[in-house]
Amino acid sequence: MEQTPVIIVVEDEPQIRRFLRTALEAEGCAVTEAGTAERGLIEAGTRKPDLVILDLGLPDRDGVEVVRDIRAWSGVPILILSARADENDKVAALDAGADDYLTKPFGVGELQARMRALLRRSARASANEPTVCFGDVEVDLAQRRVMRAGAEVHLTPIEYRLLTQLIANTGRVLTHQQLLREVWGPGHAGDSHYLRVYMTALRRKLETNPTLPRHLLTESGVGYRLVTGN
Amino acid sequence: MAADDRPDPDALLAQLEAEQAKAQRGKLKIFFGASPGVGKTYAMLSAARLLVAQGVDLVVGVVETHGRAETMALAEGLEILPRLEIEYRGHTLREFDLDAALARKPALILMDELAHSNAPGSRHPKRWQDIEELLDAGIDVYTTVNVQHIDSLNDVVGGITGARIWETVPDKVFDAADEVVLVDLPPDELLQRLKEGKVYIPQQAERAMANFFRKGNLLALREISLRRTADRVDEDVLAYRRSQSVSGVWPMQESLLVCIGPGPGGEKLIRNAARVAAQSEAPWHAVYVETPKLQRKPDAERAQMLKMLKLAQDAGARTAVLSGPDAAQAAIAYARQHNLGKVMVGRDRRPFWDLGFAYRLGRQAPDLDVIQVAHAPAELPPRRHGTGEKSAPVVRRADYAWAVAIVVAVTVVATPLAKLLDLANIVMLFLLGVFFTAVRLGRGPALLSAFLAVAAFDFFFVPPQLSFAVSDVQYLVTFAVMLIVALITGQLTAGLRFQVTVAQGREQRTLALYEMARELSAALTVEQIAEITERFVAQGFNARATLMLLDARDRLAAVGGSAEDAPDIGIAQWAFDHGETAGLSTDTLPSAPMLYVPLKAPMRTRGILALRPRDLPWLPAPEQQRLLDTSATLIAIAIERVHYISVAQDALVHMESERLRNSLLSALSHDLRTPLTALAGLAESLTLAGPSLPKAQAEIAQAIREEALRTSALVNNLLDMARLETGSVKLTREWQPLEEVVGVALQARASVLAHHAVRVDLPADLPLLEFDAVLMERVFCNLLENAAKYTPAGSRIEIAARRDGDNVEISVADNGPGLPPGKEEALFEKFARGHEESAVAGVGLGLAIVRAVVEVHKGSVRAENRPEGGARFVVTLPVGEPPSVPVEA
Repeated sequence: MEQTPVIIVVEDEPQIRRFLRTALEAEGCAVTEAGTAERGLIEAGTRKPDLVILDLGLPDRDGVEVVRDIRAWSGVPILILSARADENDKVAALDAGADDYLTKPFGVGELQARMRALLRRSARASANEPTVCFGDVEVDLAQRRVMRAGAEVHLTPIEYRLLTQLIANTGRVLTHQQLLREVWGPGHAGDSHYLRVYMTALRRKLETNPTLPRHLLTESGVGYRLVTGN
Repeated sequence: MAADDRPDPDALLAQLEAEQAKAQRGKLKIFFGASPGVGKTYAMLSAARLLVAQGVDLVVGVVETHGRAETMALAEGLEILPRLEIEYRGHTLREFDLDAALARKPALILMDELAHSNAPGSRHPKRWQDIEELLDAGIDVYTTVNVQHIDSLNDVVGGITGARIWETVPDKVFDAADEVVLVDLPPDELLQRLKEGKVYIPQQAERAMANFFRKGNLLALREISLRRTADRVDEDVLAYRRSQSVSGVWPMQESLLVCIGPGPGGEKLIRNAARVAAQSEAPWHAVYVETPKLQRKPDAERAQMLKMLKLAQDAGARTAVLSGPDAAQAAIAYARQHNLGKVMVGRDRRPFWDLGFAYRLGRQAPDLDVIQVAHAPAELPPRRHGTGEKSAPVVRRADYAWAVAIVVAVTVVATPLAKLLDLANIVMLFLLGVFFTAVRLGRGPALLSAFLAVAAFDFFFVPPQLSFAVSDVQYLVTFAVMLIVALITGQLTAGLRFQVTVAQGREQRTLALYEMARELSAALTVEQIAEITERFVAQGFNARATLMLLDARDRLAAVGGSAEDAPDIGIAQWAFDHGETAGLSTDTLPSAPMLYVPLKAPMRTRGILALRPRDLPWLPAPEQQRLLDTSATLIAIAIERVHYISVAQDALVHMESERLRNSLLSALSHDLRTPLTALAGLAESLTLAGPSLPKAQAEIAQAIREEALRTSALVNNLLDMARLETGSVKLTREWQPLEEVVGVALQARASVLAHHAVRVDLPADLPLLEFDAVLMERVFCNLLENAAKYTPAGSRIEIAARRDGDNVEISVADNGPGLPPGKEEALFEKFARGHEESAVAGVGLGLAIVRAVVEVHKGSVRAENRPEGGARFVVTLPVGEPPSVPVEA
């Protein structure tokens, strides 16, 4: 039996904290609330959380800084809540090490799904499975082979590297910069069109309907995410 | 010395600038002849035909064939510009159409007879001015001229032929020509041609041969024209040597100052000076010193001097009007200031410009060369206007009446005293009366009073009384003294009074100028400036002023002013474009009823000051001209100041409102979204907390959530629209495939599209497009949502794209009921709904946002009904230059 996951909610709005608590407790989690960044950092340091849900618009400190602070000593999954339409804040938080984000207003279902995905990922992080499946695609990481509906699919080296990066971070949003750095190297920060072109190629090879992808998802203005479930 | 071999850098720079200006300007070629009939037009047409054969775009502007058959044959087949018909005193004059020529803009235009005077009402009085404008427009010009029309040779030729010609061309035009071709014909051949009737029709030829075409004349003219051409060739050689640095020696510039006086020799003086200056290649200046004495002259005479200055200016001189009590001193100061070593003056019979002036110049400035120009024997008497009104002060009839009255009064007072006093003392009384009259009433009345006093004294007091007879001769001395006293005092006081008037006038002008400067410096709006200008011009020039300034579309428009006073936009625009005064009393359209003065400020020309004088004719005196120039500058500076104040204010207000708007928007965004998020979340968690709700309550919770989400979407739309409208959106434009953004939009609107069949048809070879992914996602989301909302369930929605030249067209089409016809454009308006009072929810911001987003991407969007039914929205985005992506091996 798994033990009860501990979740810290850092959010200045009490009504939002209240419904987050309701939604999370309904999923069987233990919730600790914090109204300020300072309080949140203390809670995160003392309670050994399994997940931190962090609002970017905190009154006392910039959310991105809080993410950096936590990342300095912990790899705990961080879910960002953002009321701002400005994509740059989200991207900055994700680049700083946050795992995923939700834009207000969001549904409870969405929140629960993200939370589950993040908890699952951290639980599985140690388990190194040799094959990964999504849809009708099967990736054999040991043999570097990709099969789709039983037939082998030929991927170029870059396409394969891109795919393995996404697989290594399944469920998580990877920003354009993170992917460019990992796949192309540090000198290609300005070449986001490379990434987009290869992503399109990858979808054409692996998705049933490339214009309506079900696994290799785009987060507009932010990055990409691989979703393995249905 | 090595240094001596190097050309003077300043001279080289000047040459370079001149060449640059020349490169843009058209080239002028002059066909120059000694007399009519030598074949200039013929030579010009022959040259033109050759060029036409080479394919040069050539137009005949003006060609006068004078009915000569050979010439007419040559003109055949060339493109001829239609003439402009000008009505003048019942005649229809056919003149060259300058605007048509500028609009046609050929490479080369033929303009016969350079010296021609245009019909009154044309833009310029002279054809050479038309040609200048053509050259400025970059059009090459071929033209013809005879030697007697060259300004500086006019006197010489006039002396030989005995005929004076009024149509002249300034030497600078001739000298500035790029090429001069001498069309030469020996006199015998010319006379032969004349006899054969090839030049004039027979009767005319007879008359012409008796007068102008005498062999002696023709020989002399030929010599002059050959010389003039040789002079020019000389200059060309010099210019060539200079450009090639053949000579290392640079002659000191022998600058020349010409002093123009009121005498008749002015024109000759100027022509002489122009010739001397041209020969020594020196710059020259022409000045007119206005002394109080000269100011007393009638306006017409002073205008004559202004004309002289104008003539000098046309001949290439820098001109100035100086003022000072001593003409010689002012002229010397000017010469020193401008480093002019030679002073040229005319010799005149008049006391002012006679030897005395030249002598004074020599005395006061021994270092200056003084050149005196003699009268030409053939000099015509000066053209004077209104010589009758010699004395400027206005003499009223009442003054004379007063003079008579004073003499009568003295007589009446003296009669009873006659027995008591000596006659010598009676004379004193009369003298007192005359003196009083002279002091108070001026010269004329004083003279009258002197005569009357003498008569009265003689008649009533000198024995034999009551008779004009004089018994004692010594009384004649009394009479003479009385007359002389009257004359001298009258003269003195009249002069004094005039100087006072002049000084008062000057003071008034200065005061008015100060006043205007003060008021202008306090003016905060253009309307205030216009009002101040109007008042000032009405006082100072007795004219109605209208200010014309550039409007938002950079076109001249009058500020205020009544309709009947409306200035002519065409002339104003010309004056504005050329930066020169035009209209009344100028060289450009002088017959216009208004004067147009460009308002030149330090940064640029700001507009036009249009003046409509109350009384015509109107010739501004030099001091008025100066006043006008000064006030135009003051007004221009004031306008510029107001302009920059408003620019600075606008910038400040803009910055401030931008800051306010941005902080307001982000505050709104946060403060509205947070409670809506809480509301939606709380409603949803209602079902999670505690025991499960009864069905009805669960439904209510669901409804609350949906409404909160809908409100949130609306808030998003409003905020986005506000951001887009205020231009505070920062685009993150990146090159990306269209497929991706369409996919995201489809995913985001999956729930709305659940009951529709969506087909996507994007060609695989579509180029990458540069756009902001988040904003473009909104475009497709809104279009898809729209399509889903306004079509019944089960309808088909198609997304397609194709490349169309430099653009990509993306269409979102449906097979629903289509758009209300005629309202396709209106759909993109804010808060526009396709169907009024529609049951479909929404406020009509979706398409407005679509348009705003597409437009910030430099694209366009349109809506239309498909021929096969249903609506189609087409977004057009520019392709630009997509970056390449290296292909993997």
